[in-house]
Amino acid sequence: MSDTVIPYMVKPHPITGLPNGKLGIWLFLASEVMLFGALFSSYVLLRAGAPHWPPIEPGEAAKLSSELLNVPLATFNTAVLITSSITMVMAWASLQLKSLPKFRIYMGATIALALVFLVVKYFEYAHKFEVGHFPSHDNFYGIYFTMTGLHGLHIVGGIVVNTYLLTAGSKLWNTDPEHFANRVENAGLYWHFVDLVWIFLFPALYLL
Amino acid sequence: MESANPEEIKKAVRSYVVVFVTLLCLTFVTVAVSYLKLPRPQAITLALIIATVKASLVAAFFMHLISEKKVIYAVLSLTAAFFVLVLLLPSLTLYTNSGHLG
Repeated sequence: MSDTVIPYMVKPHPITGLPNGKLGIWLFLASEVMLFGALFSSYVLLRAGAPHWPPIEPGEAAKLSSELLNVPLATFNTAVLITSSITMVMAWASLQLKSLPKFRIYMGATIALALVFLVVKYFEYAHKFEVGHFPSHDNFYGIYFTMTGLHGLHIVGGIVVNTYLLTAGSKLWNTDPEHFANRVENAGLYWHFVDLVWIFLFPALYLL
Repeated sequence: MESANPEEIKKAVRSYVVVFVTLLCLTFVTVAVSYLKLPRPQAITLALIIATVKASLVAAFFMHLISEKKVIYAVLSLTAAFFVLVLLLPSLTLYTNSGHLG
């Protein structure tokens, strides 16, 4: 521990009533809302400006998004992310109940489910590439890959942070359990946000 | 959420399970509705309503927004206002260069 102690890392700041980390993660999430908001806005613009959505292939009949993308796989992935959200919040609740072993089980499950999501996404992307549907194919695939790609990167980021909290980061539990629980809560807020984005991406891209 | 006593946490865990089951059900409802091939305006409205309900459940319970500090509500209100503004930007294209509805 260094001599300089950052104030209000664990105890609530008297002005905000929150530890600084929690306010920080919410401000970060606010910026994330704007990042994904800009992309959703672009999606609306591309869609509203197109004579047909998804664009019609030359010489082919009009198709629906659900005929171009794999709805059963995406439904499965939606369920995977929702499940990973409850395991994440259970990991935090386990710490509140003072059980590090239970935290480990739930956090491990959260990371495993996130990996399942990425593997499914890999198969979806691979199939699109096989049939020549790259992001440059048309506006539909352009926005599909941009939005799901950015969302996928967020999943990767979550896996990195959660893996740290599961392994080396969990040493903090022995010295400052409240601080560690706060970190897990903040990582959870981010993780639930990533789930929340997918809740809108799934119908917007696959179903409508 | 502040550190609470074990009883409160156990009560919260029960609500997480209820939310989890509701989210799964709503996912299957939204997929099932998409197979009905409703007219597009109705399909989009219904899908957005279901997605908003799901997102609200995640935010309220998993992200503990039902019992959060005022400063976070303030940050989120501002964010929501600008989010709506960004989403409405494409409607500017309804106007042609001459400033009339096109």
